[in-house]
Amino acid sequence: MTINDFFDLERWLSPEERQIRDAVRQFVEAEVRPHAGRWWQEGRFPSELIGPLGELGVFGPTLPEEYGGAGVSGVAYGLMMQELERGDSGLRSFASVQSGLSMYAIYRYGSERQKAEYLPRMARGEVIGCFGLTEPDAGSDPGAMRTVAHKVAGGYRLHGAKRWITNGNLAQVAVIWAKDDEGVVRGFLVPTNAPGFSAREIHTKASMRMSVTSELYLDQVEVGEEAVLPGAHGLSAPLSCLTQARFGIAFGTVGAALDCLEEALEYAKTRIAFGRPIAATQLVQERVVDMLSRVVAMQLRALQLGRLYDQGALHYPQVSLAKRDNARAALEVARMARELLGGNGISVDYAAMRHLANLETVDTYEGTYEIHTLIVGRALTGENAF
Amino acid sequence: MKQVPDTATLIRLQPGAKQIETQGIKWVINPYDEFALEEGLRLKERWGGEVVLVALGPARVEEAIRQGLAMGADRAVHVLTNDAVELDVWLVAQALARVCREEGYDLILTGKQAVDDDQAQVGPLVAVALGLPQVTVVVQLAIDAESRRLRAERELEGAIEVVEAPLPAVVTAQRGLNEPRYPTLPNIMKAKRKEVRTVAWESLGLEAAPLVRIESLSLPPARPAAKILTGDPEEAARELARLLREEAHVI
Repeated sequence: MTINDFFDLERWLSPEERQIRDAVRQFVEAEVRPHAGRWWQEGRFPSELIGPLGELGVFGPTLPEEYGGAGVSGVAYGLMMQELERGDSGLRSFASVQSGLSMYAIYRYGSERQKAEYLPRMARGEVIGCFGLTEPDAGSDPGAMRTVAHKVAGGYRLHGAKRWITNGNLAQVAVIWAKDDEGVVRGFLVPTNAPGFSAREIHTKASMRMSVTSELYLDQVEVGEEAVLPGAHGLSAPLSCLTQARFGIAFGTVGAALDCLEEALEYAKTRIAFGRPIAATQLVQERVVDMLSRVVAMQLRALQLGRLYDQGALHYPQVSLAKRDNARAALEVARMARELLGGNGISVDYAAMRHLANLETVDTYEGTYEIHTLIVGRALTGENAF
Repeated sequence: MKQVPDTATLIRLQPGAKQIETQGIKWVINPYDEFALEEGLRLKERWGGEVVLVALGPARVEEAIRQGLAMGADRAVHVLTNDAVELDVWLVAQALARVCREEGYDLILTGKQAVDDDQAQVGPLVAVALGLPQVTVVVQLAIDAESRRLRAERELEGAIEVVEAPLPAVVTAQRGLNEPRYPTLPNIMKAKRKEVRTVAWESLGLEAAPLVRIESLSLPPARPAAKILTGDPEEAARELARLLREEAHVI
């Protein structure tokens, strides 16, 4: 019965799952935690960690070994995301976009040649991917995308803009979703050095400051037939990738919440007010128990989601509910931690404010709280209220 | 390699017990043994060969063994004990020495001590049991494979001692010898398929009674409350100096 695992869920993890979780935790403790506040404040993504993260195995770990993965369970993948996000949501976002969105899109919808060309190098972190779905005027409603792929001799000509693209300025390859001449959404692997392709980093974020977020411009970018993801026809393809990433978020947010809870508890035990630790006051005890209560609920949701994933029994409304509720619960936990830390809580010398600001993004991206409400609402009532 | 409670574990005792309460303990590889394993892996990368992990203890030790295999050890031997067996360092050392003899060795590496009972005897006693030279508390190690000699730096109080010894030998590792690597995910998955040979304690035929027995265990007395000096800084400083001199006897 520890603060990290109050309901002793560890008993239901396999030895590999525990080892994988601990290995990532060890890495994050040593390489990320000591610097996270400064990197966040400077708005800097630690690209020097990409190689070591690839070696550690956090990119595409569920994929088969022939593609550079390690064939780990969904639970193990989720726990890796949890430990990365304990460090910072931006770090987990980097890994989610590389694995859950970009690599998954290629693995699921790519040709054998595309998989062999990209996946092993992406697993090692030698090639970084980004995922271009959202547009300046198409967020919650991706079907309204304006980016088009016009058929030309030998390939396609892409034209349009994408926005809020994580890793946009780091990527060597962009998975771009665009409508073809028939209005069907197709996926394209676009090298980011292709003529007409440009990325501009968004520097005005007050959240996710350790993550690179960009706008992508495709000005008549020509790609060959070999750039088309042959298996992707229609909006359901990018949406299935989102389900992967949302799964990672359900686990990742547990990490951010755990970090906040641990920090707040430590602070409550050592901060003296009115002659005693504030942990000895009823109001503070209620606060930390409220935080723990949310964390336990998050952990139970995430683990069960992982078990369903591993049995091939997962349905996307379950992922939606878990993403919706875990992101919101983590946000609440971070806010309570920030408040408990008083004035110190607003400083990046502590983690709470950084997590809180990051989690505002997590609550919104990969399907907003409201969109997930409508997905679950539709599953519940049979009525489409979008 | 020994599996020990995580150093952050809160140690609990039942009254009259001769063992600590193991319920709810998080078990880890003894940190000094991690340095030893890392050094073995580096020597293998430099010179080739094989790193065989040897551990002794109950079934739970398997997890530490898998961790060691995930760091890169090639295979492992687990001397499986049960709670009925009463052990002391000499019995443990004899068992480990027997496994080492079966496996063959060029160099035996272990931590300078385990962080649970702090006895620091198993490494040296394995050397005794095998009739090998021993070099303890090593912070730097160099091997010359051709002349089959080692050169080691040992940490002494305020000094470094440089020694040489012929191989095979027993070397015990001190913090500073190296920085142990992370078990990477591909290696964790590979470790699942590596061989762990289990040797039942009973099969070793070590029936001698332990030379050293634990008579009792007790927790250290609770620390007395700290004295906090308040008031005029000059007077507080004078009082602090008096206390340091007359009560703490440190100045």
